[in-house]
Amino acid sequence: MTTATTSTPNVTGKPAGGNLRFYGVWLIGVIALIVLPMIFSSGGSLTSFSLIGIAIVFALSYNILLGQTGLLSFGHAVHYGLGGFAACHMMNAVTSHGWPVPLPFIPLFGGIGGLVFAMIIGWVMTKRAGTVFAMISLGIGELVASSSLILRSVFGGESGVTTDRTALPKMFGWTFGPQLQVYYLIAFWLVLSAMAMYALTRTPLGRISNAVRDNPERVQFIGYDPHVVRYLAFCFAGFFAGIAGGLAAINFEIANSAYLGAIQSGLVLFSTFIGGTAYFFGPILGAILVTYLQLGLTSVTSVWQLYFGIIFIGIVMFSPGGIAGLVMMHRPLVRAGTLWTVIPSYLVAIVPTAALAFGVILTIETIARYSGGDAINLFGIGFKPKSPVTWISAAVLVVGGAFAARVTWRRIADAWDRAATVARDRGYLA
Amino acid sequence: MTAAIEVRAVEKRFGNVDIIRDLNLSVAQGERHAIIGPNGAGKSTTFNLISGHIKPTSGEVRLNGDLISGLRPFEINRRGLSRSFQVTNVFARMTVWENVRCAVLWATGHRYAFWKNVDSLPEVRERTARILDDIHLTHRGDVPAGLLTYAEQRELEIGITIASGATVVMLDEPTAGMSHAETERAVSLIRRLTEGKTLVIVEHDMSVVFGLADRISVLVYGHIIASGTPEEIRRDPKVKEAYLGEEAH
Repeated sequence: MTTATTSTPNVTGKPAGGNLRFYGVWLIGVIALIVLPMIFSSGGSLTSFSLIGIAIVFALSYNILLGQTGLLSFGHAVHYGLGGFAACHMMNAVTSHGWPVPLPFIPLFGGIGGLVFAMIIGWVMTKRAGTVFAMISLGIGELVASSSLILRSVFGGESGVTTDRTALPKMFGWTFGPQLQVYYLIAFWLVLSAMAMYALTRTPLGRISNAVRDNPERVQFIGYDPHVVRYLAFCFAGFFAGIAGGLAAINFEIANSAYLGAIQSGLVLFSTFIGGTAYFFGPILGAILVTYLQLGLTSVTSVWQLYFGIIFIGIVMFSPGGIAGLVMMHRPLVRAGTLWTVIPSYLVAIVPTAALAFGVILTIETIARYSGGDAINLFGIGFKPKSPVTWISAAVLVVGGAFAARVTWRRIADAWDRAATVARDRGYLA
Repeated sequence: MTAAIEVRAVEKRFGNVDIIRDLNLSVAQGERHAIIGPNGAGKSTTFNLISGHIKPTSGEVRLNGDLISGLRPFEINRRGLSRSFQVTNVFARMTVWENVRCAVLWATGHRYAFWKNVDSLPEVRERTARILDDIHLTHRGDVPAGLLTYAEQRELEIGITIASGATVVMLDEPTAGMSHAETERAVSLIRRLTEGKTLVIVEHDMSVVFGLADRISVLVYGHIIASGTPEEIRRDPKVKEAYLGEEAH
């Protein structure tokens, strides 16, 4: 038992003024979404923001499985893709039958598409968690992705199903032709879905999902069937993934087999894990970063997947809690007022760590471009891939950077230990 | 009055090995019943058979007169039987408060609800607060259960077990690994929290057993060789021979 508990924790988990701060965070998020396109109004950034918004909804839906219920799925894109197809078919049906359904309601049909498939397939899939679930999800993912190429009447074969978002009935006079209007549509659904998914974590089902994640055996002895809990979580995840798919269908005006495939499933796993599964906002950070990198890196380097792989491995090995975990690690230090003791060691570590990263990038680019012989331009410095000078610089940066970085990282660890000890003494860290 | 737990002619075989042979056990309403026996006698298996963790090969188990053998653990739990585990079995990443609250949710009728805010259910909050108070962990409410000390985790284990308000409580070695002082604390906790309930307890510490139990059953090689008051058990020559390690004269 700790003897020096100076703070009196509030057992309901609601600190005083917590409500105000809670609504404040959401309000800031909404305002940021409204203001963003006014600051960055180019076509390219609007497209990026739209894709990021879709990715956030998708990653949050994935975290209902991974972070909240402890289910590792390799086939989550199935619900995303089927949501996309459902939305496309619905849009075409609305257009051809002249139904009075405006575009903003279409993502809901995407969600229903994802939900219905989850309800059908989920009961068998969620019978077991762990490896069994992961393997079945992989199998279902491949099954549906290959079916999409075979069942041409539903999935349109290789070319997919196309649609025209502007042909639907207008709402508030918006045609949804311009990307800006599509962005606001996506932002609206992003806020709605994120709030709903956050609310879900605060319900009895949400909390029991956490319990199932931690200890499915014990859950049975407090009256719950872990199978039912997993199934319900799976259905919710499918529904929100379907909404994300529906938004993608609106954005691209097409749904095809790429929506359903293993790459898409891998990408959402990736975003969620990099962002951090233990906190609600983790997948949001992950989706922003991964989508941004994906869009940014593809234009800079041909081997962008390699960098993704390195980032992923780095996170798994050094920060299993993801970016959110790294950020939240500092909370007790901030509360205890000892964060400033760690900052200098971070600043010292930046230089060798950046040198190491620079060296790794130079090495990768040299290997990637050696046969082509194109010049490498790294942050304004030119390198020739066939020149020994480049090889030596890369080697020096990698070896020297790694050596120096190790020393500075150790100093961070020491500074951390001291700061954490103080925080513990002051009762901010268990 | 029907017995709280009635085990009749239960057998459990794993492959060719008889773990439990012709097990008969009757626990009256409101009784504190201890099951003792040497290591490997099948005490935990008996617990698992009654609580639905494993199914008997043959025979029947009744809870308040209703047949429960063959039901799944959560179905048995919903009928008012709750159990703890020999190895600590809590929700490690969730806070102490969340641990107890999860155990309260089914019994307060909230089931799989996904349309209610779990923080604004007054009866859940009150009951959780009361149980935390009972197990003296109120001040540790927002600590993740995995970070508690061993003794605290054992207390939380008991808290989760009684949280549903079950009328039949089964505790599997609740004081295992505890110091003398911690054991005394745990025993008084158990005595207080199971007031008016039926208690079945597996325990190695004989001072705990003889201090707590109204009746004792002695399990040896999957068979109950004697059942009676502590005084009867103490005098029983079969028990002396088989369990207390003394020669019967």
